[in-house]
Amino acid sequence: MQLYVNIVVLASIYALIACGYVLIYRVSRVLNLAHGELMMLGAYLLLATASLFAGNPALALAAALVLSLTVGALVYVLLMRRMTGEIVLAAVLATVALGIFLRGLVVLVWSAQQQYPAPALGFVNAALALPGGARISVAAAALVIATALVYGGLFAFLQFGRWGVRLRAAGQNPLLAAQRGINLHAVYALAWALSTFTGALAGMLIALDSGLDATMTVIGLKAFPAALVGGLDSLVGALAGALIIAAAEVLLIQHVDPLLSDVVPFLVLILMLAWRPWGLFGTREELDRV
Amino acid sequence: MSRAPRASGYFRSDYREDLALVGTRLERNALGAALAVLLLFPSGASVFQLDLACQFFLAAIGALSLMLLTGYCGQISLGHAGLLAAGAYTAGVLSKEIGAPAWMTLPAATAVGALLGLLFGLPSLRLRGLYLAVSTLALHFVVVYLGSEYETRRGFSTGIVIDPPKFFGHALTHPVAWYFVLLVAAAATLLICLNLLRGRTGRAWGAIRTHETVAAALGVNVARYKLTAFVISSAITALAGALAAYYRGFVSGEAFSLFLSIQYVAMIIIGGMGSLAGALLGAGFVTMFPYAIEAGLAALPGAQRYAGLLFAVNYAAFGVVMIAFLMFEPAGLIGLWRRAQSYFLLWPFKQRPVGGGG
Repeated sequence: MQLYVNIVVLASIYALIACGYVLIYRVSRVLNLAHGELMMLGAYLLLATASLFAGNPALALAAALVLSLTVGALVYVLLMRRMTGEIVLAAVLATVALGIFLRGLVVLVWSAQQQYPAPALGFVNAALALPGGARISVAAAALVIATALVYGGLFAFLQFGRWGVRLRAAGQNPLLAAQRGINLHAVYALAWALSTFTGALAGMLIALDSGLDATMTVIGLKAFPAALVGGLDSLVGALAGALIIAAAEVLLIQHVDPLLSDVVPFLVLILMLAWRPWGLFGTREELDRV
Repeated sequence: MSRAPRASGYFRSDYREDLALVGTRLERNALGAALAVLLLFPSGASVFQLDLACQFFLAAIGALSLMLLTGYCGQISLGHAGLLAAGAYTAGVLSKEIGAPAWMTLPAATAVGALLGLLFGLPSLRLRGLYLAVSTLALHFVVVYLGSEYETRRGFSTGIVIDPPKFFGHALTHPVAWYFVLLVAAAATLLICLNLLRGRTGRAWGAIRTHETVAAALGVNVARYKLTAFVISSAITALAGALAAYYRGFVSGEAFSLFLSIQYVAMIIIGGMGSLAGALLGAGFVTMFPYAIEAGLAALPGAQRYAGLLFAVNYAAFGVVMIAFLMFEPAGLIGLWRRAQSYFLLWPFKQRPVGGGG
């Protein structure tokens, strides 16, 4: 039973992070390799707001989330907007460079030590007992719920929201979308903001659960195979991919070798690239566009 | 590798002259001067400067091989550190397990690199662009995992220590000796690259980079030449990894992080895509960068306070420099150089010279 709980928690972590990769890729065909760093930045922002609004955890969380939305939009406006028209590799490398920059910046501002935002927020990470004798920490439970809410919200937003439809339109055909009067820059900025928001949310909840240091970027990178296995332009795919990767990782760690933890997602990724490079739910024509 | 005509005109009259590596008297003299400087450098250099030069040579070998693959054949690789790791581990494991001497481990590392190149290259037959980059990234993690798995299993959890290589009974430990060994290795790599690029292979790669379908229509065997690019590039890279392992006397999985791959990609971006000179410039830039940052920080007031933050400053500054090059000078350092050249070609009179230089 505990095994299933572990898989579900890990899958929600990967899914919550992976939807950020999917959002940006689907809308602008850019692979954001700085996602792990942006997620870590979000967690550090929570650390900052927690000390700023001491004694008011809800306000601190809200402020950190608003800040991460802003950071995402700023990344597009200041950096990625300049990369339009360049080859895809240049745009991807720009995100890589951004990631390196953020890693340095975070250490400069908050030092390289392991930090715990939970006590500053007055949050006690108790363990809840589940039926079947399994246990789950409050933060992990919050993570599962947050993932469900985020995915529900994103589906509704993309399906029915005015801006959600615009996002999809820009992803399908930017030229036609622009002709119909959709402000592409605003749409791309929104995609970056939302992606950073969901990533940062994941980062904050992970930090509440298990502390915060620069190794968090590894989790961000490990979530990328989840997005690709499901299909880089499909949100449903990201959910499925996260579940597959998490199950493979938990089971292999349990039964084969704990050292495999860092490499399992990438093994699954290689298998997927060999079998169906466009992923489980991805569109096949995508491959020729990149 | 056909070269642009000079501002003074195009005077080549047969193919042999067009293919010649050293064509004009200026080029001959420049080459002679460069050789003289390189040969005389150790006599006036400190141990630190020699170490810096050796690091540059090692980086240059890696950057040249990546430039072949990415800059000329157009195949993106984010797994360069994985190949360096493969070479280093091959040398480490062989010398540790069976006490193999360097003349065995270095060719073995090259062979392992070539095999891995085949493996890294197979996805390229099916995938392009981002997906290819991602597959090489994944393979990097697998290689590094296998290496660290070996370390843990055999109880070398802090890394494998390698004895310095022995040639004719002499252990290679002296910095000057290392300088010349690595200089020869880097010069040989440069020569191999130049020769590959001015022949059929280089032209086939150029065609593949420009347009795969057209290349196939021109009779280029796309799959074969792509794999050739991966195999040659990986073999050279693995050799560089093995040399680096001997030079440091130490192999550890920690050293081959994703950041190392990115550093190599940064070298060819900062140097300038599609230019061997660019690869050398980029390798020099990235090698010197941390030392420049260190010197810059030391010059600031209150240098002691920043000492612990050095690596963070290094990361942040490296990111900023990479972004700056991507944004403002996508052609890299070699682009800056060419722009300066064409500026002074016209200076002070703003007409284009006859012969169309610049």
